[in-house]
Amino acid sequence: MKIIIAGSGTVGSTLAKQLSAEGHDLTLIDKNAPVLRRLVDEFDVMTAEGNCASMETLKSADVQNTDLLIATTDSDELNMLCCLTARQLNKKLHTVARIQNPEYTGQVYKMSAAYGIDLCFHPEKQAAEEIERLLKYPAFMKRDSFAYGRVEIVELKIDENSKLKDVQLKNIQSVVKCKILVCAVLRDGKVAIPDGFFTLHPGDRIFVTAPSENLSILLKSLGLVSQRVKKVMMLGAGAVGYYLAQILENRKIDLKIIEKDRARCEKLSALLENADVIEGDASDYAFLESEGLSSSDALICLTGRDEMNMVSAIYGGNSGVPLVITRLGKVDDGKVTENLPLGRVVSPRKLCCNTIVRYVRALEKGSGAATTIHTIAEGSVEAVEFPVKEDTLHKGEPLKTIKLRPNILVACIIRYGKTEIPDGNSSFKEGDSVIVVSGRSDVLSELNDIFA
Amino acid sequence: MNYKMMGRFLSMILAVEAAFMVPPALIGLCEGAHFTALAFLIAILVGLAIAGGLALFSRGAAKRNFYAREGLLSVGIGWIVMSLVGCLPLWISGEFPKFIDAFFEIVSGFTTTGSSVCPNVELLSRAVNYWRCFTHWVGGMGVLVFLLAIVPAGGKNAGFTMHLMRAESPGPDVGKLVPKMRQTAAMLYITYVVLTVIDILFLLFGGMSVFEAVCTAFGTAGTGGFGIKADSLAGYSPYIQWVCTVFMILFGINFNCYYLLILRKITGVLKDEELRFYIGTVVASVALISINVFKIYGSIGETVRHSFFQVASIITTTGFATTDFDLWPTFSKIILLILMVIGACAGSTGGGIKCARVLLLGKSLHRNISQMLHPNKVQVIRVSKKPISEQVLSGTNAYLCAYVIILALSTLVVAIEGKSFTTTFTSVLACFNNIGPGLDAVGPSCHFGDLSVLSKLVLIFDMLAGRLEIFPMLMLFNRRAWKRH
Repeated sequence: MKIIIAGSGTVGSTLAKQLSAEGHDLTLIDKNAPVLRRLVDEFDVMTAEGNCASMETLKSADVQNTDLLIATTDSDELNMLCCLTARQLNKKLHTVARIQNPEYTGQVYKMSAAYGIDLCFHPEKQAAEEIERLLKYPAFMKRDSFAYGRVEIVELKIDENSKLKDVQLKNIQSVVKCKILVCAVLRDGKVAIPDGFFTLHPGDRIFVTAPSENLSILLKSLGLVSQRVKKVMMLGAGAVGYYLAQILENRKIDLKIIEKDRARCEKLSALLENADVIEGDASDYAFLESEGLSSSDALICLTGRDEMNMVSAIYGGNSGVPLVITRLGKVDDGKVTENLPLGRVVSPRKLCCNTIVRYVRALEKGSGAATTIHTIAEGSVEAVEFPVKEDTLHKGEPLKTIKLRPNILVACIIRYGKTEIPDGNSSFKEGDSVIVVSGRSDVLSELNDIFA
Repeated sequence: MNYKMMGRFLSMILAVEAAFMVPPALIGLCEGAHFTALAFLIAILVGLAIAGGLALFSRGAAKRNFYAREGLLSVGIGWIVMSLVGCLPLWISGEFPKFIDAFFEIVSGFTTTGSSVCPNVELLSRAVNYWRCFTHWVGGMGVLVFLLAIVPAGGKNAGFTMHLMRAESPGPDVGKLVPKMRQTAAMLYITYVVLTVIDILFLLFGGMSVFEAVCTAFGTAGTGGFGIKADSLAGYSPYIQWVCTVFMILFGINFNCYYLLILRKITGVLKDEELRFYIGTVVASVALISINVFKIYGSIGETVRHSFFQVASIITTTGFATTDFDLWPTFSKIILLILMVIGACAGSTGGGIKCARVLLLGKSLHRNISQMLHPNKVQVIRVSKKPISEQVLSGTNAYLCAYVIILALSTLVVAIEGKSFTTTFTSVLACFNNIGPGLDAVGPSCHFGDLSVLSKLVLIFDMLAGRLEIFPMLMLFNRRAWKRH
């Protein structure tokens, strides 16, 4: 597919990496020539320099023959104008726009036809929702949900005291007392899609598929039940912070927001009823202690600077805060962050990248395409939800007789809203949803791609 | 320094070259020159052996860590090794008794120079003549560009192949036509093949034999200039000379223009400033030379034909000749010398400084002068209404600087021979700009065989530096470029 990406910031370049690897024809637009030059050396893409909302630039990027435009600049207004202009030049164009300002989110949704936008994505909002899910079950390193929240893939770390230490996977159900499936294991930076004879070691990070209702059983049987998070301290109040505060507003959570900018503090405090908004410097640790950092159940570092967030997260962990969540914008290299005590890492751009990749594959494949895509294990494994369609092969055959491609695992089958962790006798039926886990050597664009 | 990845590219270059040597081997068999065919076979085996060894060495090469300097070095070494293997059949078959002569000849082929050390090319076997002409063809568009078109070299993160394209393709600012490198390279080669085939058809129509038509078209397409006749193209009919004139001009045009034509963006082509400059220079030179040499030929038709042919041959740096222009008046010879330096368009198969750079240098000079009058004046240089970045401008200035220095030093070394000033200077000029014949003792009716080994080595370096636009060759001499990261 021919795709234009407007804006080559963190979101734009992540998308460029992912989509060029999937074989699309990409043209990047940015007003910063050196950035474009660096990207063209890194990925197999073409570039056009200029303002992405100007007809001239869009034409030079050959918008008339393009299938999809993704506007990712950090200015909402520019993104909207870009989509509007491009749509005028090419009526058949699909458009995706990044919108971060909370004041626009609702209205763009209502007026998307007028703005000429097919899909809006909100990296900051997605990050806030992810953080909220982590706060609910603090024992999980990461949670991704499928099938409208009916199934989850959660990440757990096996440590020396874990009940799962040295357990062989075929015996795992007797330990956790519910039906779950370990679909990927990350050991020493290498990922494996395990079979029943795989034995877990301390230090492994495992990715578990489970129906949502089993999650609390899982935690209970592993002895990981921790206190419900009641007291949360949040550093920085950008867009992510704003969305998160709004979500937490309705929970019985005691939220304290530390923000340096007076005007922003006032704006937030006008919007939020229950939260304490405190003007102050998040890097002043004496000040944080005086605001009760050590007694908080969770510390969420959301300032605009990665390095600041990382240092604050380490400080928070050292002062004994049980749950630390760090937002990272640019720094996303697992090799850098894995061995740092940063707690849970949330990366807005990775989250939204998954949304867009799903949209692109759906455009290409139509109704058989993935309905949800999540990347897990430092991006080396993809968990994808597919619908079972009329033309799906091997329907009704038991799984043990079907030959699958290597590095593919059927993790869950959802039928009539009921979830089933499959075994050899399970089979696909039209109307099912299937969650498939694959080592990301190649792209799964429909369910039939998993068969050998 | 990603030696393994460089090894992989080198191995692919040699494998492709071995494949290219199969047709001349077969031609050798057909014409009965069995010893020459054997020489080609040996060269093919040597090429494959080295390629295999390198492929073994470069197993598990990482595609990361491949940056501009790896690209420049790969291209520099690639061209030297390719020439070393390519000259083997010439030397083994005994048709070029001295190794240095065979090497000179094939470097002259790959770099599309067309300077020959052979006193009489009509005595060479057909296989060798085909191979000489074919090196022009593949050297014109570039071997690595060919590789990029046929091999899925990059896979997932194929961005790094841009470094190879930039190092091998001529011009101040190399860009892609379409987002995917492989398609870009394929489109360049398809255009190239189609134009070459049309050229062959036109030549066949003029009564040339198939072998001569193919060889001449290869020489024209690559803007190379090896002839298969001792008198170059002088013996052919005016029709064939006109066909060659037109096609030399066509191959000297930036190939991006053809892509725009396919897209039917004709206005974009017509407004291309470089193309206008190129055509303008050709027309003006033909007019001036025609007036100047009218006395020699007498008829208007013949005058225009000869002057047009020689101008096209020199500005596109091909080096064919229909007449001995060394006998022309000085004024005409100086015009040709200036054309030698200007060269063809960027992104074509021609050599020289390139019209695009001459334009940029002229505009930059104009800006400097006007800034002397108004020291605070801000002026962005534009070509075809597009602003040119300061990075490209300073790159162009650096290129000119390197060009002048290499020209001066090479002339100095060749001067040790003690030949006449014209011979010394024009031999360097003709090699460095990839033209072929110079003036005086290296003129169109003479050859380079009498020069000393030292001079030949210097000229070999000049030819490679001229074709690869200097920096890949200079990079080979930079000690720090070879260090590991």
